[in-house]
Amino acid sequence: MAVAHPTDVDTARVAGISDSLRRRRDVRGSLFKAAMALSLVISLGILAVLLFIVITDGWTVLSTRLGSFLTGTLRPDAMDAGISQGLKGTFYLCLIVAFVAFPLGIAAAIYLEEYAPSNRLTSFIQLNIRNLAGVPSVVYGILGLAIFVNEFDLLDGKFGIGAITGGRTPLAGGLTLSALVLPVVIITSQEAIRAVPSALREAGFGVGATKWEVIKDHILPYASPGILTGTLLSLARAAGEAAPLLLVGTITGFLSNSPGWFDVTQVQDKFTAMPTLIATWVTQPEEEFKIDNASAAIVILILFVILLNSAAIILRNRFEAKRSG
Amino acid sequence: MNIEQNLTSELGESLESAEEGDMRITEAAEAAGSSTMASDGVADAAAEENPTVLAMRDLSVYYGSFRAVRDVNMDVRDNEITAMIGPSGCGKSTVLRSINRMNDLIPTARVEGDLRFHGVDLYDPKVDPVEVRRRIGMVFQKPNPFPKSIYDNITYGPKIAGTPKSEFDAIVEKSLKRAALWDEVKDRLSESALGMSGGQQQRLCIARAIATSPDVLLMDEPCSALDPIATGMIEDLMQEIKTRYTIVIVTHNMQQAARVSDRTAFFTAEVDGANDRRTGLLVEYDKTEKIFSNPADQRTENYVTGRFG
Repeated sequence: MAVAHPTDVDTARVAGISDSLRRRRDVRGSLFKAAMALSLVISLGILAVLLFIVITDGWTVLSTRLGSFLTGTLRPDAMDAGISQGLKGTFYLCLIVAFVAFPLGIAAAIYLEEYAPSNRLTSFIQLNIRNLAGVPSVVYGILGLAIFVNEFDLLDGKFGIGAITGGRTPLAGGLTLSALVLPVVIITSQEAIRAVPSALREAGFGVGATKWEVIKDHILPYASPGILTGTLLSLARAAGEAAPLLLVGTITGFLSNSPGWFDVTQVQDKFTAMPTLIATWVTQPEEEFKIDNASAAIVILILFVILLNSAAIILRNRFEAKRSG
Repeated sequence: MNIEQNLTSELGESLESAEEGDMRITEAAEAAGSSTMASDGVADAAAEENPTVLAMRDLSVYYGSFRAVRDVNMDVRDNEITAMIGPSGCGKSTVLRSINRMNDLIPTARVEGDLRFHGVDLYDPKVDPVEVRRRIGMVFQKPNPFPKSIYDNITYGPKIAGTPKSEFDAIVEKSLKRAALWDEVKDRLSESALGMSGGQQQRLCIARAIATSPDVLLMDEPCSALDPIATGMIEDLMQEIKTRYTIVIVTHNMQQAARVSDRTAFFTAEVDGANDRRTGLLVEYDKTEKIFSNPADQRTENYVTGRFG
């Protein structure tokens, strides 16, 4: 049953109240919102234009000879040239980064978050890790060249890590890229570990778990989606780096005749990678190399990176769904 | 009950070296001799009090150079509920957390004075804090179940303690029954604990704490995140399980302390004018009726009658 509104109202007061409640134009708020939206449109717009250009430029190759482009090798003739060696090189680089940088970085993050005493040395190390994350990648190339590529002769023997990697090889390149992404892996893993609620730690300790058990059974499982996302994103970055690889010695000629995908001896052989290949092609005089082939290779590399990032997001969502049950 | 016997026999030696040796040995002997000592010696005037489980003497807790709480002297007795009340910052949670050595997790925390569990000095360097936490379980302010199934929540403690898997089903059923949760969840033990209501989660945390068969349960404001109905269930539950466990509860709720506890400790904070930091201290510790009806200290009376805090 509807109840009528009271009728004994003071009309003068009503006028005042209804005026004070009237919706006002929030000009500054609307401007702010528009500016934010514009920034988003600009950033996405640049990306869209870039994608549009490379896809249209690479379209002749992608639409007419995608198969032979993916499986073919480097040739002097642009119409025959393919990127299989570059794909293989990048694949091995990613594999090495995943096996070297991830365990090292995650372990270092666990140490810094869970075990390191909070003193000046620790904060000094923290500061340096943050700085290292901002060091230009070409500097890592020089580092890689000095540490992972070069060897020195001493008493009739070869010494240095270069003797193991074999010089300008995927192994040396992978180690260089590992060094490059390590700071990022450490920082993102630390952040993921720090985000574990202290209530969960206390719950673990409260039932008599040791520190190791709390880390293994509660902290790492809870932090794993965050760790995974950070590491896969850093892998995507490693896959796209050209500068350090150019220094470490990827080449685009004199490669051994295409070994199989899973022939692991190639990690100690001469190699090339997608970014190097693209960088070399765009400097070629022929339009077919400079525009068509290079653009097609860029599209493939972007797809590869998007694939890695999507994997990161899917895995994270799955873990998080499991966590909140 | 065999845990209790283990403890008392193991503790026999250290008891003899304890300060008030003679008196305590008699009590311990009673505890070891009979598992129903709570009802035994009521007629006997000397044994009217339950044996002491936790004894604190001049206990102070520091964070770095800052003394958070000082000079706590109290005996927590077997099969009783001991409440700690007092205004914020009076150190009651700090004292509670020093009992099962949770304060060890804070690098700067340090304990001075004497804290004995069945006569054993809990801060003896030979004592393993992990073992202490198995014997002295803890329930926290906010329900904090593991993001795992209900079943796995209960079995985690026994699992890391090395209990064989074959006993898990029985432990889960027993713990959940004691926590008055079995009927509500017996059909969904494999579901995530995070899908339960807050009150159920807190009872699960109690079940998880008793799954390791502790002697003592520490509860740090266990009902502060719960509604009155869930609070009532936890309070009923405490009354039921106090026949098996010794409970120490920190609460902000004076009515709760009055309703559930046998003894009450009133803490307060004194402010250091020089640096404006608060140091907690134990004002009065007595039977709950006494604290709430006829306290010895004026500060206690002011607090329980609502004139302060």
